[in-house]
Parts: sequence; C-alpha cells; structure tokens
Amino acid sequence: MKLALAGNQNSGKTTLFNALTGSNQHVGNFPGVTVERKEGALRGAKDCTVVDLPGIYSLRTYTPEELVTRNFILDEKPDGLINIVDATNIERNLYLTLQLLELRVPIVVALNMMDEVRAGGGSIDIRALSEALGVPVVPISAAKGEGLSELVEQAVRAARERTLPAPRDLCAPGAVHRTIHAVTHLIEDHAQRQGLPPRFCAVKLLEGDGPMLQRLSLDENEREMLEHAVVQMEQEAGMDRDAALADTRYAFIESVTARAVKKPEKSPARRRSDAADRILTGRYTGLPVFVGVMLLVFWLTFSVIGSALSDWLSLGLDALTALIDRGLTLWGVNPVVHSLIVDGVCAGVGAVLSFLPIIVTLFFFLSVLEDTGYMARVAFIMDKPLRRFGLSGRSIVPMLVGFGCSVPAIMATRTLASDRDRKLTILLTPFMSCSAKLPVYAAFCAAFFARGQALVMGGLYFGGVLLALLAARVLGATAFRGKPVPFVMELPDYRLPSPRSVGLLLWEKARDFLQRAFTIIFTATVVIWFLQTFDYRLNVVADNSRSLLAMLGRLLAPVFAPLGFADWRLSTALVTGFTAKEAVLSTLGVLTGASLNELTTVLPGLMTPQAALAFLAFTLLYTPCAAAVAALRRELGSRLATLGVVVGQCGIAWIVGFVVYRLALLF
Amino acid sequence: MKLSELPVGRTAAVTTVGGEGALRLRLLDMGLTPGTRVRVEKVAPLGDPMQIELRGYLLTLRLEDTARIEVEKGKSA
Repeated sequence: MKLALAGNQNSGKTTLFNALTGSNQHVGNFPGVTVERKEGALRGAKDCTVVDLPGIYSLRTYTPEELVTRNFILDEKPDGLINIVDATNIERNLYLTLQLLELRVPIVVALNMMDEVRAGGGSIDIRALSEALGVPVVPISAAKGEGLSELVEQAVRAARERTLPAPRDLCAPGAVHRTIHAVTHLIEDHAQRQGLPPRFCAVKLLEGDGPMLQRLSLDENEREMLEHAVVQMEQEAGMDRDAALADTRYAFIESVTARAVKKPEKSPARRRSDAADRILTGRYTGLPVFVGVMLLVFWLTFSVIGSALSDWLSLGLDALTALIDRGLTLWGVNPVVHSLIVDGVCAGVGAVLSFLPIIVTLFFFLSVLEDTGYMARVAFIMDKPLRRFGLSGRSIVPMLVGFGCSVPAIMATRTLASDRDRKLTILLTPFMSCSAKLPVYAAFCAAFFARGQALVMGGLYFGGVLLALLAARVLGATAFRGKPVPFVMELPDYRLPSPRSVGLLLWEKARDFLQRAFTIIFTATVVIWFLQTFDYRLNVVADNSRSLLAMLGRLLAPVFAPLGFADWRLSTALVTGFTAKEAVLSTLGVLTGASLNELTTVLPGLMTPQAALAFLAFTLLYTPCAAAVAALRRELGSRLATLGVVVGQCGIAWIVGFVVYRLALLF
Repeated sequence: MKLSELPVGRTAAVTTVGGEGALRLRLLDMGLTPGTRVRVEKVAPLGDPMQIELRGYLLTLRLEDTARIEVEKGKSA
C-alpha cells in the first residue's frame, strides 16, 4: 500500500514524515528535476510506504514541485493521501486541500499544530470541519507526536476501503459555482475516458490549462461552449477567470472557517516571533545580526567543532594507515600491492572521510537555521542585493557556505524555493573560494608576492565573487531566461527545531555524501595512484618524471602555455587537483622533490610571477574537487549536465587565467 | 491606492491583483483575493521587500509586485 503526504511548505510535513517513517528513508529526485522525492516504510506496517511530496501551495503546473505532485497523484495513483494542514494558518492551507479533494483519491486531513491553536485560546470544531470537507480530519501535533496513531489508522482504513471524499460542493454559490458544474457535465465523458476526475478537469479547463485541453480532446463545438462559459463567468463575477476561481475557493473556505474555527487573538508562537523579528529583521539590527550569525557558524564549523572532529578523524586514520603499513611490511607483501593499499586505498578513504566532519557540522547549523525559520528571514533581508543578479535572497546562504566548502554548499541548494534558483546557485557556488584552496594561495603568495600578499589574496576572493555575479547575470540572460520565479514567500513563525528532524537530516546528508562520494573520490584517488606508480609499459617507476601521470602532464602542458606556465609539473599538479585542491601542493612537492616549506624557493624556478597569477586564477575557478562533482551529479540528477558544468568550469578557468596572464604582462 | 504605498502598520482591503503569469497566480493562490484585508507589517532593512499580514500569516513581497496590487483603505471584507 502506498500513501502520499501532501501539504504546504512550513506545515510540518517533514516532521510528520519523519515521525511516520523513522530513519528508514529512501531519498532521491523526481525524474528530470531537482525536486526531492522521499520515501519510507510506515512504522509498524512494513507493507505500507509513505511518499513525501514537495511542499506546495497550489496544484497549478507553474513550478516543478506542483507539477510532480499533480502527476504523482494522477499517474502513480497512491492508495491514499494524507493532507497535512497547519491549523494556525488554516485558511491558506485549506486552499490546497480543496484542490486535492478534486483529484478524487482517498484523503485524510491531518490538522497539525493544534496544540498551538489551543495555547492561543483558539479552537477548531473537528467534526464540523470534517463534515464540510467530506473527509476524516485528525488533529495532531507532529512535533510532539500526538494523534499520529489515530491518523495512521484513519489513513490506512480510507486507503484500504478506497473511501473517496464524500461529495461536497467545494465552492461558494455564484457564477463560478454554476460554471464549474456546467463545464463538469460538458466534459464528463471525455474525462472519464482519460481516467481523470471530471470536476478536476473542469476546473483546469476554466483555468485555461493548455495541456488539459489537449488531453481531453474536446471537439470544436465543445471548445466553443467552454469559451462561452468562461466569458459569461468572468462577466458575472466581475473579475477574470484566475481571480474568480481563487476567490470562490477562498470564499468557500471562509464560510467553513466561520462555522468551524474560533481563531486565537494572536498565538503565543506568533507573539514570540514578532518579538524576535524586531531584532532579527529590524531596520538597523537585521543585517549586522545576519553577518554575525554567519561568522559564528563559520567560526564554529572551521575553528571549533569541525576542525576538532577533523583532527580526531585524521589521527585515527593515520594510526590505522600506519598499522596497516606495518602489517603489510611485516607480512612482506609485494611492494606494488602495499603501495596500492597504503597510498591508493587508504589515501582514498582518508580523502572521502576528511570532508565528513565539515559537512556534518555545517549541515547541523544550516538545518537549525532552516528549521527555526531564520533562513526565510535571511531571504527577506538579503533579497534586494541579490535580485540585481537574477537571484533571490535564499541563494545567499549556499553561496556563503561555498567559502567553506563547495560540497555542503551544493547540497544546501536543496532548500531553495525553485528549480531555477537551485540550478543557478549550484553553478555559482564553486566560484566562491573554498577553504581547501587557501593553502595553495598561501604557498604561491609566499613564493612570488611576499609584499603584495594581501592584495593577491583579496583579489582572488573578490574576483571569484565578481565572476559568480557576472556569471549569474549572463546565465540569467541566456540559459535561464524567461523563467523568473515569483518571490512570494511565507515567513513562518519561529519554532524550536526538532532534534529528531535535525538528526535525521544529518544522517541522511552524511550517508548520501558517503555513498555518492565514495565511488567518485575513491576511483579518482586510485586512478591517480595508478598513474603515479606506473609508466606506459606498466612497469613500476622509480623516477616520478617517467610515470603515466607525468606523461599526461606533459601532454597537457602545451594547453597551459598561453597562460604562461608550460612546465609539466604544474599541469600534473592541476590534474591531481581534481581529487582535492590540497593535492595541488603535495603533488608539486613530490614532483620537485621539495618539502612544502621549500616550495617557496622552488616555485619561482618553475614560472614567472605573471604566470603564477594565472595559475592561481585557474586554481580558483576550475572544478573544485571530485567530491564537489559527486555533489553536483547528485543535485543536478544528470551526468551530461554535470559533465557540461565541469567542462564549463575548466573553460572559464582557462579563459580567465589567460586574461590575467596577458594583463599581468602589461605591468 | 497601491499596496506598495500603504504605510507600515496600516490595514487595507485588496481590490484588484494586477500583474501577469506565474506571479499573479501565486499571489491569488496565497490568498490575496479581492476583499482580503492586508496589513503592512514592516519593510526589509534595505528598503525592499515588504512583509504583510493576511489571513493570519506573514507573507513577503517585493515592492515592484505590491505596486500592482490595488487596495482600499477603510474597506473591510
């Protein structure tokens, strides 16, 4: 049996989903879009799965989220639907409910946050609401776990017995009401032939839904009658079709809530939110608080928690590697196999795991910011500056996280409100100079620009941001043109995040990263090991300069000649930089036979300062690392698009490197 | 008058929702239907967007979009 969970954003849907399924969840994407699809087994009923549909406000087809929800319900035909409704915001939540009811599937309404309504002195007559809607209504508190067994029982029963919603006129009396009924009769046969609910089809036709018109294949005569009905409806209602339909739904909802709902004056949650917002989005305090919050998150992640976890992890890994190393030596294992295990496998595992502490810590803070409702405030205060570049306020956080690490930054785009914003932000985050690039900058600055260090460093960071903004404008005017997403965002009341939801999210992100990244980072490390260890006759090399990797470096070296550095060691370092940016320096060290400290004196022998600038520009802009590619692949859901992005990044890096080199030659 | 011109703290009733396409539909879906009472809660620190209260919840809208929503002061639904 398959149940689907549908509801508005901020209605507590994820909390309810987590409470219903526990940690046994499968996360993927709906095909072709960056919309997440979560599925899990219902607790205590192994034969029943629950699908978490995206949070939406309406069933139109303007956003991918709305489209996948509608298609899922119509095409995959779940046995039953749980519609979660935020009781503190019941009018707007019921708007979606009315549309779901038109789809004629077994529905149970889960009336969430009833505890908050009661706390504010309000009340809802459950029986009257259920009677008015024609479906069972179960009051719950997803956060506190109240009413869940009753909800599951009702939903499973409705699904098993295929209990459709009792027929109700879901509109207020008037012109629209009459027209919906007339059109429903008109197209009933067509709809039934398509296996679609007639009333739903009628409403879609009245909305002017093109695909629906096609699908129902109305004849000329019927189309004319439909058009006539619409014109008459608009005249009588005194407004156009879209306004008239929305108006009649809300009028119906108002008539229901007038009977069944006693609104609280102002819920305690809202009163607390208002007080918090006086500072958090205040005219003078809003921006400084935001900057402070981000700095705190970065400091805690990179200096306190994340780095401590990283240190412990690497201590453990080093010890383990040393142990394996000693074991293999004692055992007298073949030196190539020994090298494969220690330099290939162990290094690969280490590279994958080294990301984990940062990702988990950053996601901990991000999910807390998201779940409390602060992230929506960030979007509110940062929307104006980002809008200039075709983005909306929500993109700021993933982009800032990009300064720490591209991987969680790309993963964090999942919370953005639209497919377009998600894709655009995913493309831009790698321009932010991640923390792994810093050692490369530092080494080169020490070697070449001892005096202008601050200038070069600042230039790199600033240049990355500038290019990202430029790219946003160019992409916004080309690839992403004509798909502006309305910035109409709800500001939910501040709430304490549920530890369970935060924990599950961390678990899911970590697992997701390890699964995806393991293959790609691990393969990359082993491939690099292989290239480093053997020459083209597959003999083990004694001299680094004869390895397959060096050959590849020599092959690529001419590509970088226009950028001023044609030395094979530099191109080889850039190749290994695909696994992780830290590898750039270590490879240079190995190939030049210098320790990291000696690089400062060795590097000026390899290139001119102008070429060093080009090298740094290239390092800043080309694909951050294999882990970022894995995250990219995961979020974009397409291998081809991922490849395109990687090629694009390298292309941009080359062009900018070239320009930087030529400009630097002028001075 | 336009919703964008309504001062902070004042309440008015929506008369028409202008604009087009996805934006207008989204506004209607969010409950900005004719007759709905809205209250301007605050304006973002950088002067845009604005925050309004309607139907018991808070909504953020850009000024350029609220300029297309006509409201009438003193009229209630």
